[in-house]
Amino acid sequence: MQTPGLINFFYIASAILFIFGIKMLGSAHTARRGNLVSSIGMLIAIAVTLIDRQVLGSWMWIAAGILAGGLIGFFAAKWVRMTRMPEMVALFNGFGGLASLLVGWAEYQKFVDAGGGRIDGSIPAAMDHFTASVIFLAVFVGGITFSGSVYAWGKLSGKISGKATVFRGQKAVNLLFLAGILIAGILYASGLAGEEAYAIFLGLILFSLLLGIFGVMPIGGGDMPVVISLLNSCSGLAACAAGFVIRNNVLIVAGCLVGASGLILTIIMCKAMNRTLANVLLSGFGATAEKAGAKQDGEMKPLSVEDAFYVLEAASNVIFVPGYGMAVAQAQHAVKELGDILEENGAEVRYVIHPVAGRMPGHMNVLLAEADVAYEQLSEMDDVKPVMSTVDVAIVIGANDVVNPAAEEDPQSPIYGMPIINVHEAKTVFALKRGQGAGFSGLVNQLFFRENTRMLYGDAKQTVTKLVGQFKD
Amino acid sequence: MDIILLLFIFTLAAFLGFELISKVPSQLHTPLMSGSNAISGITIVGALIATLQNPEGSAAMVLGFAALVLASINVVGGYKVTDRMLGMFRKKGDR
Repeated sequence: MQTPGLINFFYIASAILFIFGIKMLGSAHTARRGNLVSSIGMLIAIAVTLIDRQVLGSWMWIAAGILAGGLIGFFAAKWVRMTRMPEMVALFNGFGGLASLLVGWAEYQKFVDAGGGRIDGSIPAAMDHFTASVIFLAVFVGGITFSGSVYAWGKLSGKISGKATVFRGQKAVNLLFLAGILIAGILYASGLAGEEAYAIFLGLILFSLLLGIFGVMPIGGGDMPVVISLLNSCSGLAACAAGFVIRNNVLIVAGCLVGASGLILTIIMCKAMNRTLANVLLSGFGATAEKAGAKQDGEMKPLSVEDAFYVLEAASNVIFVPGYGMAVAQAQHAVKELGDILEENGAEVRYVIHPVAGRMPGHMNVLLAEADVAYEQLSEMDDVKPVMSTVDVAIVIGANDVVNPAAEEDPQSPIYGMPIINVHEAKTVFALKRGQGAGFSGLVNQLFFRENTRMLYGDAKQTVTKLVGQFKD
Repeated sequence: MDIILLLFIFTLAAFLGFELISKVPSQLHTPLMSGSNAISGITIVGALIATLQNPEGSAAMVLGFAALVLASINVVGGYKVTDRMLGMFRKKGDR
């Protein structure tokens, strides 16, 4: 290694700060400091790198690059609406992945520019197997992360259909891409030289980008929390691979930490849906319209806002169960206002959030925190489940599959076995819903046909605002 | 030896990662994700090296520069947005 001991010492310090930072992110009262700690680690790593390296290129470029990227990142982060957070995280993931790809490419390009790979013999004709292998990994993982994230961003922001897109032979196509990548990778790493190697390298990039897109294509909106977590993990692993390329241990440690945390989140999300990762990635869930288990007893019973008000006024224990619909309707502030009024009215109010509600892990928590809901009022599913029968009114706002009792009662149902919030056991359920359609999975929600359920049709924000108005009159 | 050492670090870091974050309350899932996302921007170190070590205007330097811009977005944006989110999580009566 050409870096002297002192530089590596600072890299170690930086790695330690990342470790503490990510640990502190796991607990509510240290999380914000944890983020700061890890950002200091980043600052040290950047500063040390700049001090260490002899400068062939111009400092101007460094300043310009950091400034341009930094400003874009800063203002994007400052202005993004909290409901748009999943897209933002997806996009940042993608940029990280692409950056790692480019770092791998630059290292290879350096070798090519220096005359490596030519057959005049002055410089070794091919890169050593290890370096070529890790460049392959950085390009492969980074490429998938980038195109997959951008595609996910398109889905989340509604630029392309958020539905699962399935076509005939999709799995075969993906397998073909994967095979192409692996063959190209093996050829590339096996010591191929010259222009052939370069062509194969470019093919590798192309196939990786295609696999990212086609891999995310069959995954529908409700499964997005899994995808985002997985892409998050991949962006870390790409950085890790880039670390092997430039033989830098701080990249390896930091990338590995992110890879692990993303993978843990992925597993948590899968468990919360009682599905395997393979099932989420490959099944095209939600694209196949469901025929089974749709026999319904009873009918949906609508309720006017006025009548809902009388029920709420008498309630002493109320929970809100938000879902993606709350984000779409931007209803979080109105919901919080209603919650406050109910509290003043003497009711106990909690917000119960399913782990996969929304489009990324913890999406609903962020929205409610933005609306200034106190941290203690945000409850996890398992805390409320045992006492659901004591709840007077459960207000379901734009959530669907995560409150579908079929998951507990109907072994025929495709979501059978998925842990749900058992609002059907509450005394009364208000379901705020835009129309009468089915949820993301295409399933009819049996909750809406229950004896104790009342439907409040219309835009969630307007409905909640009207309820608030009733209380104020 | 060099490579073995790097693989050694990799293995330890992977286990450490799993131990560190095995239990996170679901309220913090989003900040954890965007915060760790910012950390994955560490690839900026590789981008800096690629930009600095290659002659100005060379293809490798241009690639490095592009990586630098992207990684900077990732780093600054990631930390900023995480801080903004965590600033909104507060206890009752904090303000």
